[in-house]
Amino acid sequence: MTEPLLKVEGLKKYFPIKSGILGKVSNHVKAVDDVSFTVQEGETLGIVGESGCGKSTTGRMLMRLLEPTEGVVTFDGQELTSLSNSDMRKARRDIQMVFQDPYASLNPRHTIEKILMEPLNVHNIGDPKERKKKVHEFLEIVGLSSYHAKRYPHQFSGGQRQRIGIARALMTNPKLIIADEPVSALDVSIQAQVLNLMQDLQKELKLTYIFIAHDLGVVRHISDRVGVMYLGQMAELANTEDLYEKPLHPYTQALLAAVPVPDPDFVREEVIITGDVPSPANPPSGCRFHTRCPFKMDICSEVVPVFAEVEEGHSVACHLYEESRPQ
Amino acid sequence: MTERKTILDVKGLQTSFFTDDGEIPAVDNVNFHIREGEVLGIVGESGCGKSVTSLSIMGLVPSPPGKIKGGEILFQDKDLTKLSEKKMREIRGNDIAMIFQEPMTSLNPLFTIGNQLREAIKIHKKDWSKEQVQERAIEMMKLVGLPRPEGLMKEYPHQLSGGMRQRVMIAMALLCDPKVLIADEPTTALDVTIQSQILKLIKNLNERLNTAVLLITHDLGVVAETCERVVVMYSGKVVEEGPVHTIFNDPQHPYTKGLLESVPDMRFKKDRLYSIPGNVPKPGSVKTGCKFAARCEFAFDRCITESPELYQTAEDHQTRCFLFDPKEVQSHDRTIIES
Repeated sequence: MTEPLLKVEGLKKYFPIKSGILGKVSNHVKAVDDVSFTVQEGETLGIVGESGCGKSTTGRMLMRLLEPTEGVVTFDGQELTSLSNSDMRKARRDIQMVFQDPYASLNPRHTIEKILMEPLNVHNIGDPKERKKKVHEFLEIVGLSSYHAKRYPHQFSGGQRQRIGIARALMTNPKLIIADEPVSALDVSIQAQVLNLMQDLQKELKLTYIFIAHDLGVVRHISDRVGVMYLGQMAELANTEDLYEKPLHPYTQALLAAVPVPDPDFVREEVIITGDVPSPANPPSGCRFHTRCPFKMDICSEVVPVFAEVEEGHSVACHLYEESRPQ
Repeated sequence: MTERKTILDVKGLQTSFFTDDGEIPAVDNVNFHIREGEVLGIVGESGCGKSVTSLSIMGLVPSPPGKIKGGEILFQDKDLTKLSEKKMREIRGNDIAMIFQEPMTSLNPLFTIGNQLREAIKIHKKDWSKEQVQERAIEMMKLVGLPRPEGLMKEYPHQLSGGMRQRVMIAMALLCDPKVLIADEPTTALDVTIQSQILKLIKNLNERLNTAVLLITHDLGVVAETCERVVVMYSGKVVEEGPVHTIFNDPQHPYTKGLLESVPDMRFKKDRLYSIPGNVPKPGSVKTGCKFAARCEFAFDRCITESPELYQTAEDHQTRCFLFDPKEVQSHDRTIIES
């Protein structure tokens, strides 16, 4: 196997909970707790999970928009987690991010030209004339027109704004794009347009994506591999087909069974999980899913299951598969 | 299936907002009805007027700038649009109740759950004793599957999770045995595993209590799973209406077709998603012709100049599209024969 483009090892993020007037740290919210994965060049890794599972925090830590508490992120042979702030800024030229809310992530006072020019200014790419040319070129690439450059964000619809967000991420010719819920604020008909655009761009510009979303249908559509997160940990990671066709972790099974399918004749497999996601400040002992798991065994509440491969390319953190693991 | 009585009949409803930029017709001549004990879904993208329709039924359209310009909303032989605020208040909660998308903002953070449930009962059942009120509140909490109701009564909304809050809202809505429950995006703010619990609960209560449900949503999966009949709205108009099976298996309006094809299906992978070109028009921006014409791949001259009506295409199934106009169908056949 070739060296992965991105390698994440033991990534952790603990947010302190302060209490009392002195602000003593009484506990930690373990938003991300020991997450490891790799991303190959040219592939799309989908990360799914319910709210509060730490998927967005993970995405932000990869770019060091949030400082990881622990763990190592290696990108293209370079260890990002040990870079100085100014070196990190340079490294961000190759890693760009697309955000969820196209209304909040574009400065309403700047024209589209200014917004798209910004990354070029920051990274000192080209002279003013070339920069302008590049802005117009990328507007066309994402399906807008060069005359849009003089307009302001409020003059665009949600779908168009997300196209601008994507264009901005592409300006520096990055290798990796981290897209955090890029289509969840969009209507279904517009969502399909943006997903198609992202797929086309990936082919044309040989991009690698980390696609963070909660919509399992969208993630299946766009991803080559999918990781399922639960309460700050990776529960299962596999090729998209394997994960959707034969999910191993009980949580993945329940999650897939819960998605409403647009077909009234579809008879779903019942996987009953009850209750809510526990608080990440005080996660359950042992396996974090044991409080809701229909297959709970005695060991589950005591021992944390290891996240390891069960079959080639299919990793899961569950005691049910402990024995079937290759030794 | 036995013929069920119509319980709520919306006829030619027109709700507009009057702004500085002129009149914006959010709901433009909408007709539909709900039968006793059925689950009817209204589905559409943002700005199609589905929420304004539900607010119009409840008499909750903010006025000004909003105003019900025309049409009737018939409930038990009364026209809700003509009722005084006092009369309307008797119907709201008693006969027609509503739950909203965001359970956090619908509950008052300063009062306990018990306090808010009891208040809702006291408003409608003035002669009940304290014990009766308490008993009813606990009964409803058990009905919606809330654990340890006595303890929860003393807690505040922030101590509950999103799913539990939505259960409290449903309990509150059903306190007075309403005949119609309007649920406006009840699960949009919830995670999928919680969403499936809440949908199951709504469906279950609909069957047990025979409460008719008007479910408003943008999620086609939710509609397929819970509704018996579906109304598809686009830009303030009903574009298609029919039983859930024919809407999903044999959609007729080009918009419905496009919408269904653009949803990524969790069960299998499509190479490429179909996408409807263009954007959802702003309400009121399309003045003449079919509102969908600009994005429709089947549009012809007539679509741009004339506004189509709803054509009956099958029993219980209507479509607002010239492709189903008997006259067009005839002339189309003729051109095929001639060529």
